[in-house]
Amino acid sequence: MTDDFANGTEIEVRGLNLWYGTNHALHDISIDIPKNSVTAFIGPSGCGKSTFLRCLNRMNDLIPNCRIEGNVNINGEDIYSKGVDVVDLRKKVGMVFQKPNPFPMSIHDNVAYGPRIHGAPRKEIEGIVEYALRSGALWDEVSGRLNTSALDLSGGQQQRLCIARTLAVKPEVILFDEPCSALDPISTSKIEDLILELKKQYTIVIVTHNMQQAARISDYTAFFLLGDLIEFGRTEQIFESPQRKETEDYITGRFG
Amino acid sequence: MFKRNEMEKGVESLLFISAVAAVLALFLLCLFLFRDGILLFKDYPLTGFLTEKSWYPTSLDPRFGLQPLLFGSILVTVGAIFFAVPLGIAAAIYISELASPRVAGILKPLTEILAGIPSVVFGFFGLVVLVPVIQEALDLSTGQTALTGSVMLGVMALPTIISISEDAISSVPRSIKEGSLALGSTRWQTIHKVTVPAALSGISAAVMLGIGRAIGETMTVMMVTGNTAIIPGFPSGLFEPVRTMTATIALEMGEVPQGSEHFHALFAVGSVLFITTFIINIAAGHIKNRYRFRL
Amino acid sequence: MLPNAKINEKIAFTLLRMAMGLVVLFVFIILYYIISNGYSVISLEFLTSMPAKRMTAGGIYPAIVGTIYLIIGSMAVALPLGILAAIYLNEYARPGKVTWTIEMAISNLAGTPSVVFGLFGLAMFVKYMGFGPSLLAASLTLALLILPVIIRASQEALITVPKEYREASLALGVTKWQTIYRVVLPSAIPGMVTGAVLSVGRVAGETAPILLTGAAYFLPRLPDSVFSQFMALPYHLFVLATAGTNIAQTRPIQYGTALILLIIVLGVNAFAIAIRNHYRKKMHR
Ligand SMILES: Nc1ncnc2c1ncn2[C@@H]1O[C@H](COP(=O)(O)OP(=O)(O)O)[C@@H](O)[C@H]1O
Ligand SMILES: [Mg+2]
Repeated sequence: MTDDFANGTEIEVRGLNLWYGTNHALHDISIDIPKNSVTAFIGPSGCGKSTFLRCLNRMNDLIPNCRIEGNVNINGEDIYSKGVDVVDLRKKVGMVFQKPNPFPMSIHDNVAYGPRIHGAPRKEIEGIVEYALRSGALWDEVSGRLNTSALDLSGGQQQRLCIARTLAVKPEVILFDEPCSALDPISTSKIEDLILELKKQYTIVIVTHNMQQAARISDYTAFFLLGDLIEFGRTEQIFESPQRKETEDYITGRFG
Repeated sequence: MFKRNEMEKGVESLLFISAVAAVLALFLLCLFLFRDGILLFKDYPLTGFLTEKSWYPTSLDPRFGLQPLLFGSILVTVGAIFFAVPLGIAAAIYISELASPRVAGILKPLTEILAGIPSVVFGFFGLVVLVPVIQEALDLSTGQTALTGSVMLGVMALPTIISISEDAISSVPRSIKEGSLALGSTRWQTIHKVTVPAALSGISAAVMLGIGRAIGETMTVMMVTGNTAIIPGFPSGLFEPVRTMTATIALEMGEVPQGSEHFHALFAVGSVLFITTFIINIAAGHIKNRYRFRL
Repeated sequence: MLPNAKINEKIAFTLLRMAMGLVVLFVFIILYYIISNGYSVISLEFLTSMPAKRMTAGGIYPAIVGTIYLIIGSMAVALPLGILAAIYLNEYARPGKVTWTIEMAISNLAGTPSVVFGLFGLAMFVKYMGFGPSLLAASLTLALLILPVIIRASQEALITVPKEYREASLALGVTKWQTIYRVVLPSAIPGMVTGAVLSVGRVAGETAPILLTGAAYFLPRLPDSVFSQFMALPYHLFVLATAGTNIAQTRPIQYGTALILLIIVLGVNAFAIAIRNHYRKKMHR
């Protein structure tokens, strides 16, 4: 896999294997993920998409007896090498989860949470909050009630708040794990628009079980099956002329 | 950066030390309890402690026989369990299987009130209410009997037995109950042939913990059982005054010179009590974990 | 269906109902008896004056003060220790021998009779450390007694904090401790407070441990240092109800003391439940 990507390569994965106890969940994955583009992971549920995504910011470290081998280089640095500070890594590689998970705090404090902890000067916080909420396409809806509870927002708004919260930390990469699976179609399309907007500044990786979504928003698509990376390429190519039989079966709906 | 990691490590160490404090506390408790208990056997034979039939701590030729106290504790506890186990399990079944959610929501806190009442208040109630009632009803020379203690301890063990059994019974999966009902069993047949057996391990643990609670209870028994240290008969002993291990410690510790033989004898009794409840706790935990109902 | 089965069910259900009724009856009889006999005794004077005429008259002020001191002293030790231990067990501990040992120690402390704690306090704090029979010795003894209660309650509170909050915070590049401090603890505090308040009730009602570690039969003045002996409500009730020659004469004071104890303990329990429900509603809005 050479990088013929327009904006260069952000993440290089080489020979990644992962075990949950004795369950060998990812088999020898190698992939390059391009900068400032949207890369989608598709595949039937249980094939290891989330697991792989969580390898990219080491969220799997939290799972007891999860073992990982192989290399993941982000901007040339191996994130699994010894001296790496996981906390710094996660500042650079943000994550938005399947279920919106705002903290039980005000809208403002949710967004300010990260910058505050990372020591942003007090007078900059308001600016960061506004910037993040604007970038998260939520500002117009909530600017008048920043101090109300985040839990009062609708599901779609909560998810955009979670995106804004991630943006406030100024990451380089944002990982999305099925961010729309708990949302209605209108909220979904708002988030899709947002992702297309964000890719100008950020490298985006999104897990989705929805092939139309992958086709709509992604530049590159990777197809996973039972812990293997079956095929990776430009999204049009994957959907229009898949090289592998399994990929074709999946996108034509023959299984999964 | 470096400082941040140091901070994280420091916090974790502090938390770890706090958690280990519980182990340290248990260790020190054993150490001090057993140390003062074992000192008894410097002058007084262990065999005497175990086989002697009488507890005369203050006579010229003192006797420190454990048996009257041990059997006293056992008698009162057995009486309490006979009374509290059927009642407690029945109440637990009622709450989880018969009562509507609203009624159950009232009954549960109501039984928890029993758990909150201090033992000295139970003792006081037993002394002023139950003692005269038992004396008159059974025409005894005193109402301060093992039976009185059993009834009070039974009431006190009820909340433990009810709440843990109730947990166990309500965690039996609905599908299992429905399976039985669908075969044409009555609700009662389902309860006693399917639900209760499925919850048996939790119920057994509840009974064990109820026993632990009863055997370790001090103030109530001290106030209502008359505190006579003679080996009780069975069942006649139920209607006579009796002396438990706990009551002995609480009653006599105030008057003994520290470091005397009698002082150490009370620690030896305390050690026996501790070992007994320790075994009961381990057994209860074991039953609960080993046979926990798995979905 | 066999008519027999129907009849059996009727009988069984009737018995279950009677059992439940009996349990409820116990609760009401005890409460009714203490309240109906005690309420006429209680007055502001009863609460705020010293005992008089060899405790056959006057109030229970020193016993109330002693009980409050015990609550403050034991909570000051057990609350921080218990919460920190619970955080370790829930957030940091990995399954293994060490964790197993800690858990086992906590369960066994929880099941150890209070009179055994009294013996321990006597041997270690009163004798070995030389505190003498004192507020300090009794408070430390009670602190160990309620430590497992506080740990268990705090653990339960921590378990109910959704895993998602922790993940969200960690994914923002926030450290583990900061995550716990800023996100997990604020959500867990109501539950922890509930546990703490419940153990206040326990401290207020325990008699056997303080009997061995410093409670006094009667003191003409309030304790003036942590090394003083003290009076306390439960011991006061015990003494008046069982010892001395004036048991019948002091009966009203006994009822009054019992009712005050009951009010403290049940009031504290009700308060704890109210806190829990209040925050539960707030969280699930
Ligand atoms: N925390 C975990 N512990 C053990 N096994 C897990 C865990 N998470 C996922 N798995 C297993 O790893 C495999 C891949 O799961 P996942 O990555 O969640 O799939 P996907 O996101 O593609 O649906 C599945 O077989 C699943 O059972
Ligand atoms: Mg997934």
